[in-house]
Amino acid sequence: MDRFMLHAMLQDMLLARSFEERAAREYTEGNIAGFLHLYPGEEAVAVGVLHAAESSDYVVSTYREHVHALVRGIPARSIMAELFGRRDGCCRGMGGSMHLFDRERRFMGGYAIVGETFPVAVGLAYATAMRSQPEAVICFFGDGAVNQGTFHESLNMAALWNLPVLFVCENNHYQIGTEIHRHSAVSDVFKRACGYRIPAEKINGMDVLRVYEATQSALQRIREGAGPQFLEMETYRFRGHSMADAGNYRPQVEVEAYRRMDPLSIVEKAEQPLYPSAENIASAGPDTINGFSEHLRAEQLINADEIEQMKQQVEQTVEDAVDFARRSPEPGMEEALAALDCNRGQEVLI
Amino acid sequence: MAQEMFYYQALNRALDEEMAADDSVFILGEDVGLYGGSYRVTEGLYARYGEWRVRDTPISEGSFTGLGVGAALIDMRPVVEIMTVNFALLALDAIINMAAKIPFMSGGQFPMPLVVRMPGGVARQLAAQHSQRLEHTLMNVPGLRIAVPATVQDAWWQLKQAIRSEEPIIMLEHELLYFSKGELDETADAIPMHRAVVRRPGEDITIIGYSRMALLAEEAAALLAESGISAEVIDLRSLRPIDWATCIASVQKTHHCLVVEEDCVFAGAGAEVAAKLAEACFYELDAPVQRHGALDIPTPYNRSLEIASIPTAESIAEAARRLVAEPPAAGDEK
Repeated sequence: MDRFMLHAMLQDMLLARSFEERAAREYTEGNIAGFLHLYPGEEAVAVGVLHAAESSDYVVSTYREHVHALVRGIPARSIMAELFGRRDGCCRGMGGSMHLFDRERRFMGGYAIVGETFPVAVGLAYATAMRSQPEAVICFFGDGAVNQGTFHESLNMAALWNLPVLFVCENNHYQIGTEIHRHSAVSDVFKRACGYRIPAEKINGMDVLRVYEATQSALQRIREGAGPQFLEMETYRFRGHSMADAGNYRPQVEVEAYRRMDPLSIVEKAEQPLYPSAENIASAGPDTINGFSEHLRAEQLINADEIEQMKQQVEQTVEDAVDFARRSPEPGMEEALAALDCNRGQEVLI
Repeated sequence: MAQEMFYYQALNRALDEEMAADDSVFILGEDVGLYGGSYRVTEGLYARYGEWRVRDTPISEGSFTGLGVGAALIDMRPVVEIMTVNFALLALDAIINMAAKIPFMSGGQFPMPLVVRMPGGVARQLAAQHSQRLEHTLMNVPGLRIAVPATVQDAWWQLKQAIRSEEPIIMLEHELLYFSKGELDETADAIPMHRAVVRRPGEDITIIGYSRMALLAEEAAALLAESGISAEVIDLRSLRPIDWATCIASVQKTHHCLVVEEDCVFAGAGAEVAAKLAEACFYELDAPVQRHGALDIPTPYNRSLEIASIPTAESIAEAARRLVAEPPAAGDEK
């Protein structure tokens, strides 16, 4: 992987973290309301997956989708403005945090009813397959969604008709406050896909490079005509389910353990001595993550100055996004009605 | 120019013509392909257009309707057939939470050229789980349109309009109408999809119905004529939106209004029609607007109880007679 790509991924991860933490702050200050589901801890998944995808591939996401949207290339400004409910939001303030859409960037929506992303993705894939187009559809969902009927119905159809869907489970181990062993008879999510003869694999979702590679090869198989593929990304959200949730149901030791695997901390570790101590290695968490930092260091792909520069850029982008959102006007009811009637054409109703 | 055919054949012709004209139109549903559709609506299309455009699905209403939503996002024109309205309860998330909301939530970025066809209504002894009317559920959803064709002509034309539209449209087709005969004239005036039509002009009372009940209202009007009552019959054709202008003009003329529906009267489609007309025509009315619909019970399997649970031509005529003769007693629901 080249230096440019690595830097871009790192930049997106930093932007994701900074954007989300800022959104939390704006929420507590009353500028964002409703439900706000944040992504810190899971950045490696969105970044790894979407950097491995083509920009022509379709993306379908859930209510925890700000980062998918950001990495897809929707400007931070228009996402933040949408969170603020303003006219310059990517959905004109009609969708909000859980419903980001961008037709041009093929970001096919954030869906807030758990399990809806499956049939939407299958429908997009059906249409592309029917027209013999090369695009794949990336379908994000959480571990909680796999107990919905649509999961089983849609995987069945995707496999039956050999549709180009990459199912990406963001397994953060919790459906709101219920831990996976209390909501699923089989806690290895990927095994469920085997029931529909969909090739599936469990990936360390805290390791962006591993996520990237797995996605790349899964997408390659899809484009070669192998049909749907399934990746279970083991990850973790550092925050509660939403801003309304402190996440107190989780053992502190678990939160700490995952914090040690913070996909962003690898950046710092890359700046550690070239020959780390045993403690350094131990504290870096699983080997895959350590492997990434070693890779970065060994290849001398990044240095402290560059990271600092990146962080400053990201802060600036987020600051600018908030500023933009604040200045954007409130939409009027006529704009709401125009959105509702976007498909009415010239027809005059009674 | 007119040609006699069955209602199902008119739908079949509409599908065939639209599929031939536009290759983004495709059909999906249970047994729509090889089998030809449980009411023969898709007969012959599988052979003509192949399995990708006439797709037999697993029994997964929620997901194949959602599949239609997903495909419509990228400009396909899916026509989803749900085997009966009753099964559509499993697809309400796709219809209400997705199809009706996406154009709006996306700030107008995504139209939703989706058609969902559903046979429904009380047929013959199909019992409580296969005889429901759900129009009231769908009417309350901004972002949807509902067409309720009663005639062969409307079946053909409204389905064609629905397929060409960019909006999500529900077609409610009455199961007892599929094998009814009527005339199709492809050169007839292209009535807008939401326009109500006066099926029979009259002076003394306006009877408003839709789907099969519009036809029964016409039969009732013939019975009423024998007893000297001139009834005007309006077929709504569309339940969302509703063509109020046509209804109001009629009520202003007859000063009496009876709304007929096959759905349960309580919180049904008729409640909306009656409320609106009471608001709009209060000073024109000689008696309160009355509703005449199904009893407030699940549909019984027993044939005579089933018949007794919904309006008939005779019961509609009787309700109209009472309304014209004297203000009706409170609580008349059948």
